[in-house]
Amino acid sequence: MTSPTERFVVAIDQGTTSTRCIVFDRRGQLVSLAQQEHKQYFPRPGWVEHDAAEIWRNVERLAPLALRRAGITLDQVAAVGIANQRETTVVWDRRTGVPVSRALVWQDTRTDALVTALRDAPGAAAVQERSALPLATYFSGPRLRWMLDHTPGLQERAERGEILFGTMETWLIWNLTGGKHYTDVTNASRTNLLDVHTLDWSPESLAFFGIPRAMLPEVKPSVGSFGTAVAAFAGVRIGGALGDQQAALFGQTCFTPGEAKCTYGTGSFLLLNTGTDLVRSDNGLLSTVAYQVEGSPAHYALEGSIAITGSLVQWFRDQLELIASAPEIETLARTVKDNGGCYIVPAFSGLYAPHWRSEARGVIVGLTSYITKGHLARAVLEATAWQTREVVDAMNVNSGLTLKTLKVDGGMTADNLLMQYVADVLDVPVVRPLASETVSLGAAYAAGLAVGYWPDLEDLRHNWHRAGQWLPAMDPALRTTEYANWRRAVERTFDWIQPAA
Amino acid sequence: MLAGGPGHLGLAEIARSLDLAKGTVHGILRTLQGVGFVEQDRSSGHYQLGAALLHLGTSYLDINELRSRSINWADPLAARSGEAVRIGTVLEGKVLVVHHVFRPDDTFQTLDIGTLLPLHATALGKVLLAYRTAPLPDLERFTHRTVTAPARLATDLAGVREAGWAADIEELTVGQAAVAAPIRGYGGLVVGAIGVSGLVERICDSHYRPHPRLVGYVRDAARAVSRDLGATR
Repeated sequence: MTSPTERFVVAIDQGTTSTRCIVFDRRGQLVSLAQQEHKQYFPRPGWVEHDAAEIWRNVERLAPLALRRAGITLDQVAAVGIANQRETTVVWDRRTGVPVSRALVWQDTRTDALVTALRDAPGAAAVQERSALPLATYFSGPRLRWMLDHTPGLQERAERGEILFGTMETWLIWNLTGGKHYTDVTNASRTNLLDVHTLDWSPESLAFFGIPRAMLPEVKPSVGSFGTAVAAFAGVRIGGALGDQQAALFGQTCFTPGEAKCTYGTGSFLLLNTGTDLVRSDNGLLSTVAYQVEGSPAHYALEGSIAITGSLVQWFRDQLELIASAPEIETLARTVKDNGGCYIVPAFSGLYAPHWRSEARGVIVGLTSYITKGHLARAVLEATAWQTREVVDAMNVNSGLTLKTLKVDGGMTADNLLMQYVADVLDVPVVRPLASETVSLGAAYAAGLAVGYWPDLEDLRHNWHRAGQWLPAMDPALRTTEYANWRRAVERTFDWIQPAA
Repeated sequence: MLAGGPGHLGLAEIARSLDLAKGTVHGILRTLQGVGFVEQDRSSGHYQLGAALLHLGTSYLDINELRSRSINWADPLAARSGEAVRIGTVLEGKVLVVHHVFRPDDTFQTLDIGTLLPLHATALGKVLLAYRTAPLPDLERFTHRTVTAPARLATDLAGVREAGWAADIEELTVGQAAVAAPIRGYGGLVVGAIGVSGLVERICDSHYRPHPRLVGYVRDAARAVSRDLGATR
C-alpha cells in the first residue's frame, strides 16, 4: 500500500483516557493508528489522577505498532508531533526520571479551597491580567502549588533544581529526547504562570505562587524544534507540540482570524482564532495562545471550554450501564421522538464556560413516570448541544463576529443525531472535515511544517475538505422553548456545594 | 450466516452459501456444535445458532457502532479515491446507508444517512447479498443494466464471493457506478459493506471495468475496518 521511499509524519495524541500514535501521509490522511487506554484513578470525589510512567510506557509500546500497521520503517518518518491533554500536571525527579506522585488531571478539583484563598491574596488580579486567565481549579499553576504544599520536602528539592514540572507534552519530550526540558507555548498558556505577551514565565506570577523557576521547562514555539528522539522514535525530530484543543484548531486549518472549530471529546472545546491580537473576555471565555510558528508572532484564540460532553455518555455507559458502547446512545435516543421534558445538566465538576461555577453539581430535571431510558439518552445528547449553544452565544457577543458555520471534529461527530441537533439549536450549518482526527492531524501538521515536509500554512489548507454537513431544520419556536427550559435546568445546578463550615 | 438468515438452515444451503464442499461444512458444523455455538434440530436436521453464542455478546453490531468504528477509514478512502463513500448494512430487504462521506471536492452535497437502497442494484447491496442466505429480494428494474434474472444474480454473487468485491455499473442510475467490499466483524461474519460511487467515467476504465486502483483502495479500507472490528481475516 505504501512505497518504501514515501515519507510520513507521526502524531502522538496523549489524551485524557488514551494515548494514540497515528501515521499521516502528505494529504493529511490517516495511514495507521495504534491506541492504548490508561488507568484513571479517582482516589476521592473530585480527584482525578494518571500514572505518567504508565503513559510513557504506552507511547513506547504504540510507536513500533503504529509503524508496523502502516508498513513503514523509522527512516520513513519525517517528524513527530505531540498533542496532549492540557493542564494535567506532572512532577518528576530530574535524576531518576521517576514521577514524585501521580499526575493531577485537568478535571481534578482538589485545588478548590486553594484557588479561593489565592483569589483574595495580594497580586491575584495582576496574575490573572498577565496570564489572561481567571484563577481557577482548571489550570496547572494551582495544581503545582498544591503538590508542593502536600509533598513533604518537595518545595526544598524544587528550589535545589532536583525536581521538574511539566504538562504532558513536557513529560513526553523529556522521555523521548532523554532529558530535554521543554514546553510549548500553548500548553504554557494554560498554567496561570505565563505572561501572554512576553510568552515566557512571569517572575511576578511565579513569586505569587511560590514556584521556583528552576523546576519549569523552557517555553518554545509550537512549530519549531523540540530536539531529536532517542527513544520510541529514535533519530526522528520532534517538530511540533500543541495542547490538544489548539492542535485541533491547527488541524482544522483555522489560520485566519474569525475561523472557529469545536472538538467533541471527553469535554468539548470551541476555539476561535483572534489573530495576533489577544482578545480578553468579560463573559466566561478564556484567552489562550492558539499557536506560534518559530520566528513569527503568536496567534491567540478565544476558547469556550465545556467540561463534560463525551464523558456524560461514558457515565451513561459505565455508571448507569444503560448502553454497552458509546455509539449505542444514538440507537437508544432514536427509540423516542423527543426528550419527554427531561433535561440533564452534567455539572459533574462544576460548570465551565460560560458560567464558571465550581460549586455547581449535576441535575436531572423534569422526571415523571413517563420518562424512559430513551428520553434520558436524548437528554444526554441534547446537553452537549445546548452547552455548545451557550458558548457560541458568549463568543458572538465577545468577538463581535457572528458564527456563520461551525467546523466540528472529535469522536462524537460520528453521532449523526447529535450533529443534527447541534445544527438545530445553533441555527447554523455544522460541517465535518475529511479527517475527524484533527487533534492528531494538528500535531502532525505542526511537526511536518517544522521540518519542511509541508511548505507552508496555505499548503495545509488544500488538504481540508468537507466530508459531511448538517443543516438546521428545527422550528424556531421550539428552539426558543427548549433553550429556555435548558437555562432553567442550568440554574438548578448552582450553589449546590456549600463552603466547608 | 445463521444469524442473518431465517434462523435455521440445511447442510446443503450452508455449503452453497459458503461456497464450500458439504463434507468440509459438515466438519465445521460438528466442531461448532461441540462448543455449543451451533445446535442441530433433531427432526429436520437443520442447523441453528447455539445458546453458547449468546454469551459471546458480540454477534450483533449496532449500526451506530459500525459508523463510529469505520469513520476513520471511510475518510481516507474518500481522500484517496476522490469519490463519495458509503457504508451500508441490511435492513428489511434493503441496504440501509449508515455512513456517508462527501466526495471531497467541496461541492454542495447532502448527507443520505438513513436512506434505503435496493440490494440487487448496488455494489453495497451485492456484497451484502453475497454473504447472506436470505431469500432474494424483488428484482426491480431501474435501468437497462439492472440484473433482474435470479439465475444471473446468483452467478454474479458467486463472482463477488470469489473476487471479494462487487461493482454496480449503471445498474441503479444511468451514468453512475460503484465499487464495494465486505466489512467483517468478530469471527469473520460480514456485518456491512463499504464502497465508493461516482460518475461511471471516473469509476471505470475504457473497458467499462472499475479501475483496479479504486478496487484496491476499497478493499484496503474494508480490511482496515474489519481489523478494527476484530475480524481475523
